[in-house]
Amino acid sequence: MNKNLNLIGYGIGFVLLLIAPMVVYPVLVMKVLCYALFACAFNLLLGYTGLLSFGHAAFFGTSAYVAGHALKVWGFPTEIGLLVGMLASTALGYVFGSLAIRRQGIYFAMVTLALAQMIFFYFLQAPFTGGEDGLQGVPRGKLLGFIDLSDDHNLYYFVLAIFVFAFWLIYRTIHSPFGQILKAIRENEPRAISLGYDVNKYKLLAFVLSASLAGLAGATKLLVFRFATLSDAYWHTSGEVVLMTLLGGLGTVLGPVVGAGVIITLQDELSDKVGSWVTVIMGAIFVVCVLAFRRGIVGEIAALLKRFSGKAPQR
Amino acid sequence: MTQIFGIPVQALMGQLMLGLVNGSFYAVLSLGLAVIFGMLNIINFAHGALYMMGAMLAWMGMNYLGLGYWWALLLAPPVVGLVGVIIERSMLQWLYKLDHLYGLLLTFGLALVLEGLFRSQYGVSGQPYSIPEELSGAFNLGFMFLPKYRAWVIVSSLLVCFGTWFLIEKTRLGAYLRAATENPRLTQAFGINVPLMVMLTYGFGVALAGFAGVLAAPALQVSPLMGSNLIIIVFAVVVIGGMGSILGSIITGLGLGVVEGLTKVFYPEASSTVVFIIMVIVLLIRPAGLFGREK
Repeated sequence: MNKNLNLIGYGIGFVLLLIAPMVVYPVLVMKVLCYALFACAFNLLLGYTGLLSFGHAAFFGTSAYVAGHALKVWGFPTEIGLLVGMLASTALGYVFGSLAIRRQGIYFAMVTLALAQMIFFYFLQAPFTGGEDGLQGVPRGKLLGFIDLSDDHNLYYFVLAIFVFAFWLIYRTIHSPFGQILKAIRENEPRAISLGYDVNKYKLLAFVLSASLAGLAGATKLLVFRFATLSDAYWHTSGEVVLMTLLGGLGTVLGPVVGAGVIITLQDELSDKVGSWVTVIMGAIFVVCVLAFRRGIVGEIAALLKRFSGKAPQR
Repeated sequence: MTQIFGIPVQALMGQLMLGLVNGSFYAVLSLGLAVIFGMLNIINFAHGALYMMGAMLAWMGMNYLGLGYWWALLLAPPVVGLVGVIIERSMLQWLYKLDHLYGLLLTFGLALVLEGLFRSQYGVSGQPYSIPEELSGAFNLGFMFLPKYRAWVIVSSLLVCFGTWFLIEKTRLGAYLRAATENPRLTQAFGINVPLMVMLTYGFGVALAGFAGVLAAPALQVSPLMGSNLIIIVFAVVVIGGMGSILGSIITGLGLGVVEGLTKVFYPEASSTVVFIIMVIVLLIRPAGLFGREK
């Protein structure tokens, strides 16, 4: 019964996304989808494995730069460009992950943050990134050689397809035996170890998967906006993705999507009206979330539903 | 002109001194982080923003109230400390029973709020803050000129660091503090007001950040963004040193400042990343940090 309801819910959401570009500016929806994918990838790590990475912008930015370089300078086809970008962030995720899992808790967060800052400084100086100007004028190319992606509507359905695929992948991961082990590590790491699981191997795998999908989000964002900039790899971006996930609901399937939708829309609405007050507002949302709203939007709704129906909420 | 490895001694010594100046800031800031972490189990992400606030307060005092550098050095740290006490009482105290990560997230939000507030008021460009008259000029040491202000930054930071060490390791108040760090409930049972100590610890820790900010005001440019990049380097310093020992934070902070200064001489391209590279090496060889204990 509950499972069917869920399925209907996802179906309605999918149909809404299909018709969205007819109602709303497609580029805005694509931006939301990219960040939603980014936040979902991040949630896999924080929400389901209990690892707080404060350096996810490094994967987002690296993939955007590498994919941009592949498309613009090497003239790769679009699909291959995205894959090359993802490959770069996957490799970087392996390196970061192997280093960071040597420390626990807040040290893990500090290590990932510092490593990401190192990547940021590298991009600031490296010749191929264009420094402060960023990598501009990246061609979107043609999908499979004949679908012209420079048209916003064509690109929209391509981005939607990427998002749905990645969302399905994350959903399957969470609900697989592998996902159960990740949750066990989140709840009680020593017990997971004593049950014979090689905890570090699972943490690393989750980290690499998360980095790889964050990279997919970064490369997709590059296609939408045709540029990659330093701010993609800056720690503010890492903070934003934490905020989206927290606001939507840690450890909920849909939370990051809702959080990304709210934050991106808010930024889009506010940026020309209040200027640098946007940072203040984002910070204030952070504070309120941590103090009074730790389950996030989706988590609170699930808790309400549970109270009314007396059933356990579906995770 | 004498040279070492093909580098003029003057330039080498100059960068070495600059490195020590930066290292003093790292030391004072990582010391504050370590003191707060020991007592509250919270990594204070707002530390950089509060350091910036110290510098901005000094600049505002000069511009709006005509208060000079020495007044700023005397008044700004307690004001920052008071802000810290308000933050602890109104927000942080509700988080102690939760996962440590929430403390990090909350203080990250606070850092954004503080940085955004100052940015909306003063923009992102740096504000000039002149060196006080008593400390301008330089000592001639024969082989190099040592600007008086740099010497002052290093000496005063060291004094504050060792003062903190003395306070925590050698006084009765420090003994209470260490007891409360070790076992808060038992300490409370002995009639010591632990919540009060926690509040004062946070206030003291961020006052250290405010002090570093005032020291930095004439040496670096005063800008709303000065704290955010520094705090990440300080995090790396903390990972390298471990937060177990006070002397450890001081030595690590100064040492990394010197290494950074020397990198500027021999391989300038790596000077912004060298601290992070050292962090990677330390993580590979000694994951608990140079002075840390595995917990």
